[in-house]
Formats: sequence, structure tokens, C-alpha cells
Amino acid sequence: MKSYALAASLALSVVATSADAKTLRYSTNADLLGLDPAINNEGPSNAMKGNLYSSLVHRNFDLSLSPDLATEWSQLNPETLRLKLRPNVKFHDGSPVTADDVIFSLARFKAEQSEMKSYVATVKEIRKIDDLAIELVTEGPDPVLLQQLPSFYIMPKAWSEKNNTTQVVRGTSAPTFINFNENGSGPYKLVERVADNRTVLVVNENWWGGAAKRGNVDRAEFRPIANAATRVAALLSGEIDLMYPVPSQDIQRINQTPGAKVLEGPELRTVFFGFDQFRDELLDMKGTGKNPFKDKRVREAFYKAIDIQAIYRVVMRNGSRPTGSMVAPGVQGFSAEVDKRPPFDLEASKKLLAEAGYPSGFPVQLDCPNDRYTNDEAICQAAVPMLARAGITVKLNAQTRSLHFDKIGEKDGFNTSFYMLGWTPGTFDVHNALVNLMTRSKYPAWGINNDGRYSNPRVEELTLKAETEMDPKKRLAELEEAQMIHKNDYGHIPLHQQTLAWGVRDTIADNVKPRPQNDVDLTQISMK
Amino acid sequence: MLAFIIRRLLQSTLVMLAVAFVAFALFTYMGDPVNSMVAPDATLEERQRLRHLLGLDQPFYVQFLVFLGNELTGNFGNSFRIGAPVASIIAERLPATLELVFVAAMFALFVGVPCGVYTGLHRHGAVSRVMLTLSLVGVSLPTFLIGILLILFFSVFLGWLPSFGRGQVVSLGWWSTGFLTKSGLRSLILPSITLGLFQTTLFMRLVRAEMLEVLRTDYIKFARARGLSDRAVNFGHALKNTLVPVITIAGLQIGGLIAFAIITETVFQWPGMGLLFISAIQFVDVPVMSSYLVLVALFFVIINLVVDLLYYVVDPRLRIDRPATAH
Repeated sequence: MKSYALAASLALSVVATSADAKTLRYSTNADLLGLDPAINNEGPSNAMKGNLYSSLVHRNFDLSLSPDLATEWSQLNPETLRLKLRPNVKFHDGSPVTADDVIFSLARFKAEQSEMKSYVATVKEIRKIDDLAIELVTEGPDPVLLQQLPSFYIMPKAWSEKNNTTQVVRGTSAPTFINFNENGSGPYKLVERVADNRTVLVVNENWWGGAAKRGNVDRAEFRPIANAATRVAALLSGEIDLMYPVPSQDIQRINQTPGAKVLEGPELRTVFFGFDQFRDELLDMKGTGKNPFKDKRVREAFYKAIDIQAIYRVVMRNGSRPTGSMVAPGVQGFSAEVDKRPPFDLEASKKLLAEAGYPSGFPVQLDCPNDRYTNDEAICQAAVPMLARAGITVKLNAQTRSLHFDKIGEKDGFNTSFYMLGWTPGTFDVHNALVNLMTRSKYPAWGINNDGRYSNPRVEELTLKAETEMDPKKRLAELEEAQMIHKNDYGHIPLHQQTLAWGVRDTIADNVKPRPQNDVDLTQISMK
Repeated sequence: MLAFIIRRLLQSTLVMLAVAFVAFALFTYMGDPVNSMVAPDATLEERQRLRHLLGLDQPFYVQFLVFLGNELTGNFGNSFRIGAPVASIIAERLPATLELVFVAAMFALFVGVPCGVYTGLHRHGAVSRVMLTLSLVGVSLPTFLIGILLILFFSVFLGWLPSFGRGQVVSLGWWSTGFLTKSGLRSLILPSITLGLFQTTLFMRLVRAEMLEVLRTDYIKFARARGLSDRAVNFGHALKNTLVPVITIAGLQIGGLIAFAIITETVFQWPGMGLLFISAIQFVDVPVMSSYLVLVALFFVIINLVVDLLYYVVDPRLRIDRPATAH
């Protein structure tokens, strides 16, 4: 049997080398939502748009920023960022990229139905200085503007007008041309897109970054495979070169197969538990008039009762990075000091509960998704006996993601006492996590995902300051202080950043690593 | 006959309405579609605007009536996930499912019925015993496990057949077919065996049981006494009379094949309607889910009608219109 597989793989490699074009066939668990740059704000869809469209600024593998369409930029004053555009860049149809296209793209990103407007929310206008120089004017000082520009894809004005797609439409309206077609200036061009089936790209020979490009993929076929077992089988049989995510139980199996292996790397998302610190009476303690989670000692007791090392070892099979921080390393504002985790201490936990007046615990329901994060339900299942040892009776309520997010979110009025959530700051800046998870004074703009309604006046104040602080040093100090206060308040229980696992064939070069965003930037992939 | 058809059509309409209502009522328990459509840090205002745009802020009965009205005028709405009209998405996926179901059904009929006849006629033969034992496997293993085992064996170990997808397809007008390319045909083998295996064993056991039953009856004994050949007795008399229940079951099973193609399509990433439905559930894509369920109900209704009409062809007794129903 093995010899057949060997013969088949030999035959394949012969075909590959004789054609001398590097074709990457890769797969993940769900299809892209669409190609329209101004909607479908979702990781894998955004990554595919990034293969097709250029932005003003490019985000590198290590999350740092480098020039893309803009070759240099300078902050003229707190509200004005001047950028110089790269000369002689062409869209895939051959028309030149000009300042007018950037202005057009901004209007489209800011349109009513755009989903990407948060990336350019503070940009009031783009001033055209000449064809290759522009100024981004913001409503006030915006220290994270540059961090957001990699998601601001530049679209051609003339082409959009010709194809009648200047309006951003979604949902019930007619399908838009731009969701299935593209005309970017990025490193790859679209050849074919069949929803749920395949998306085929070829390299853009005229891309400005051709010389600087790390990868060597000439043609890429993206084929989603929803079923994890089939995805693994397709990799093992050599039908695809790269796939993610690899289910934890299959990692060993893939590593034992000749010609295939698993690459692991850290992901940016932080998974955590949160508590209701808002209601005067806990949902699970009707009639008592008490909400134990308003007491910091109870939150600390919960925190110290969770044995994160056991979760790391047993549930995550060493595939996670236990953390004390609400954001991952690499996110701007991440602090190693905040990341230090208060140790697991069952005795201290029991003592704290007794001090707080709950020596024999209290009933509480843990709301948990079962199809969103790696081993989400299993983590919650592990937490139940851990908390039971400290004396807390936890009832687990694990359900599908759409129901879970409805229940704990604003849709059902944050109808939860104790819940699991995961978060990746979309701006790669800790301010985003503070605004979404740890503040609520400016609700509904702030705290939409602060489902436990945690709030501390000083954290609110620091978050507000950091929003417009243009001095990077001062800003980082403010962000660190805010995170430290939240940590000492035991506002949430951060658990870990899960590990990414990419399954690859030996057709992939050795220097390829998974991106922390867990998606494929084709310019970063090399093949043997 | 005409009255019969009209009566069946009226009943069918009621069935369809009931299915539409139950399906639609279930969707209110599925969570908010807007969650999967916007970024997690979208503002309340953005979410509300989208809800309003999609009509999700309307009361349940209004949403249902709008849906019914649309459905009756042939407007199935737009998929929340793909952003294209549901009618065109389903039209695009339908060929994949129907081809898969067709091959699976042919496999089930042309393997299952002959095996059933054989095991019925040679009930004590060694080959019959092997067949019957194997058929137990087909009945008892769940579809996804059979699929995964086939993939493991034929794709991973042997490397003979593709583990996923539909291969190259050729477009004939709006119908895209996998029958005309080598990779398309190769891709059909594993999923159609997976999908049809249960029906194959079912047909085999059904035909066998019916054959044994019929072979015991007096008219077979008389036929033999008249000196007819084995061939004429077994196939002309016995087999023909076993076919009435087989047609009933076969009809229902073809409906079942379409409905249960969901599991096979998910395992093999077969780009048909079942896969579309599963993705729709994960995304809470209500227009796709409701249209799919109504369509599958329609298939069942049509198949049942065809089965009833086939009785007329096979069973001469039904062709005599009884006075009680003929006026």
C-alpha cells in the first residue's frame, strides 16, 4: 500500500517540476465570505483581499508595518498624516493607481453599509496634494491610524464606476459584481471564484514588490473543506499542500506520516472567562439580592481556582500559551509585566470565598460556546470540577456559537453571569481590547463585548486619554497602567492564546511559518 | 385518476405550507444571523441597521408572510452568507446533488436488487451468507464513518481516488456535469458508494424477503406444476410481484437520498445542496435554510406522487375505478 502512495507522490512531484510553475493548493474549514473590500470584515476574507488588493501600508509577518502603496509617511500635525504614493503602480487591468483612487476608496469604506468603516472611522477627508501625494486628515489625534491602514484596500475608481459597484450593498440587495470579481493592485490576480468550492489566483507579474517578495507561488488554489477529517485526509493523500486548522488529535498522526508535518505557532486571540459585575442580583441567585461577583475577593477566588497548567497540559495538549494578559504578545501595548499570571492556589481561593461570605459557595451557570475556539467546551468542562474543589457549584451551558453570542451579548441584554469569550484586537493595539472588553462608560460605542460590564473609573479615564495621545511613550504607559488596574481588579480571567496548527506537505519550503492571524499571505509562502 | 391527482396536489400544498411554517418557526431559535455577518466589534447602531435592512426587526408573523409571498412569486431572497440570490445558488448546486443521488440510486438498484434476487433464490448458498453478513455492515455503520473509512483506504492508503470535491465539471447550459470528465467520474465513486450503501443493503434485504414470501405462494407452485421454466417462474411471476413494495420503498428512499446527501456531501466536501445547507446552518443563513427545506419537501411530495402513479402501472387491480370514488 505504501509503495502506491510513494509512486503517486513521485508521479506528482515529477509533474510539478516539469511544469516548473509553483502551484499552492491550500484549504481551511470555511469559504471566504466574499471579495468586496468594503464588506465581509472577517480574517480569512480580509487575507484574501490582501492578496488581491494593495493598501497604503503593509503589515509584515511580525506585525510590524512597512511601505506598500505609500512609500513614506510623516505626521504633519496631530490631525494630518502626509503620505507619498509609489509611482507607476498599476491595477490588474493596467490602469494606474492614483490619489483619486485612494479618495474614492475612502468614500466607499465610509459608506453607510460598509463594514470596514471602523478602520477609517477617524479619517475626515483625504486631501489630494498631487497625483502621488495625499494627506489623511483625522477628526482628532488618532494614534492607531497607521495600525489600521493595512486593512484599507485601495480600489480603482474608473473600474468601479464602469461596473456599477461604487455603492456598497449587502444582505438582501442584488449580488454585487465586486464580491465575485476584483481589480486590485496586489501581488495576485483572481482567475476563478466558485463559492464554497474554489478560488484560483495567479501571480501578478507586474507587482511592484516582485523583487522584494519572499514567496515563489505562481498559482494558488484555495479550496475550503469543512469536515476536519476529510481535510486531514486530503493533506495525507497529497491532494493539498497546506491546510489549517489541524485538529489537536490529528497532530501526531500527521507528523508520523512521511511527507507531511504540522507547523505550530502562536495565535493572537486571547480566550478568557468573564463575570457579571453589573447586576445587583446574580441571575442564578434569584431572590437573594446578592451578586457575589461584585466582590473582588470572589473574582480573585475564581481566578486562583483555575489550574491553567492542567488546562494547558490535558485539554490543549500543550498547544496553547497560558497568559495573564488580555492581549497576545505582538499586539501594540502588550506588557510582559501584565502577562505574569497570579498562580493557581486552591487554599487561597477557599479562604477568599470564606472571607467574602460564601464559605459553601453559590450556584452559577457558565455560558460557553462549543464550536468557536479550540477545545472551547472541553476547557469549560475542565473548569467546572476545578471550581467545585473551591466550593463553587457551576452548571455548564455549552451551545453553538450563534446562540452563545446572542445570549451573552447585547442582543439578549448581556444575559449571563459567567461566560467564555475570545478576542483579537482588530487594530493590533491594546486600546481596541480596552474599548471592547474592559470599559463601558461610553456605551454603546464602548463595551459592546464587555458582557460582564466591568468598569473602573481610572481604566475608563486612561483609555480615553490613550485614544488621542500622540506621544507613543506616554501612550504606552497609559495603556499599561489601565491593563494593570484591570488585572489587579480581577476583571476577567485570561486563559491562554491558542496555538495555530498548519498541516503542510513537503512541497512547502522549510522557512514557512503560520501567521499569528491564522490566514495565508501568499507572498510569504515558498514552495520547493 | 384525474380526481386522484388533484386531491394529491391539494394535500401536497398543505404539506408544503406546514413544512415552511415549522422550518421558519425553528429558525427563531437559531440565534441572530447578524452576529455572523458583522465584525465582532461592530457598533450597536451598525447591527441595528443591518437587522432593519434584512427585515429581522419585524415580528415573526410578518417575516413569515413576507417569506411565503416571496416563495410563491419565485423570489427566494438573497443568501446572507454568499450575497447572491438563493434561487441561483441552489440552481448552481442542484446538479451536483442530483448527479450524486442518481449514481447512488443506480448503484443501490443495480447492486441491491440482483443481490436480493440471488440471495432469495439461493437462500442457503455460501455466497448468499457472505452477502447477508456484509449487508449488515452497510445497515449498521453510520454514513460519515463509511465515508471516512473509504477515504482512508482509497485516498490515503492507496491514493487511487480523490478524497474531496467534484473534480472537473463541464457546463451544459445551466447544468454543470461531472459525468464527462475523468476526474469528475473518479470523484463520484466514493461519495456515491457512501450515500447508496444503506439503500443497497435495504433493497437487497427487502427483495430477498419478498422473494421468499412469494415463492411460497400457491400460484408459484401452480406455475411450477404447469411446467414453466425456472426462469419464467422466478422472474416473470415471482420477481414482478415483489416489485410493488420495492417501488414504494425505492421512491421514499430516493427522497431520503436527497435529504441525507447532507452527511455525505459534508464528508466529501461535495459542492451540492447538502453542503450549502450545512454552511447555512453555521451562518444562520435563514433564506438558504428555508428554501432548502421547502425544496426537499417538494422533492418528497413529487416522488410520492410518482410512486402512487407507478402503482397503476404495476398493479392492474388499481386500474379499475371503483364506483365509490368514480362519481
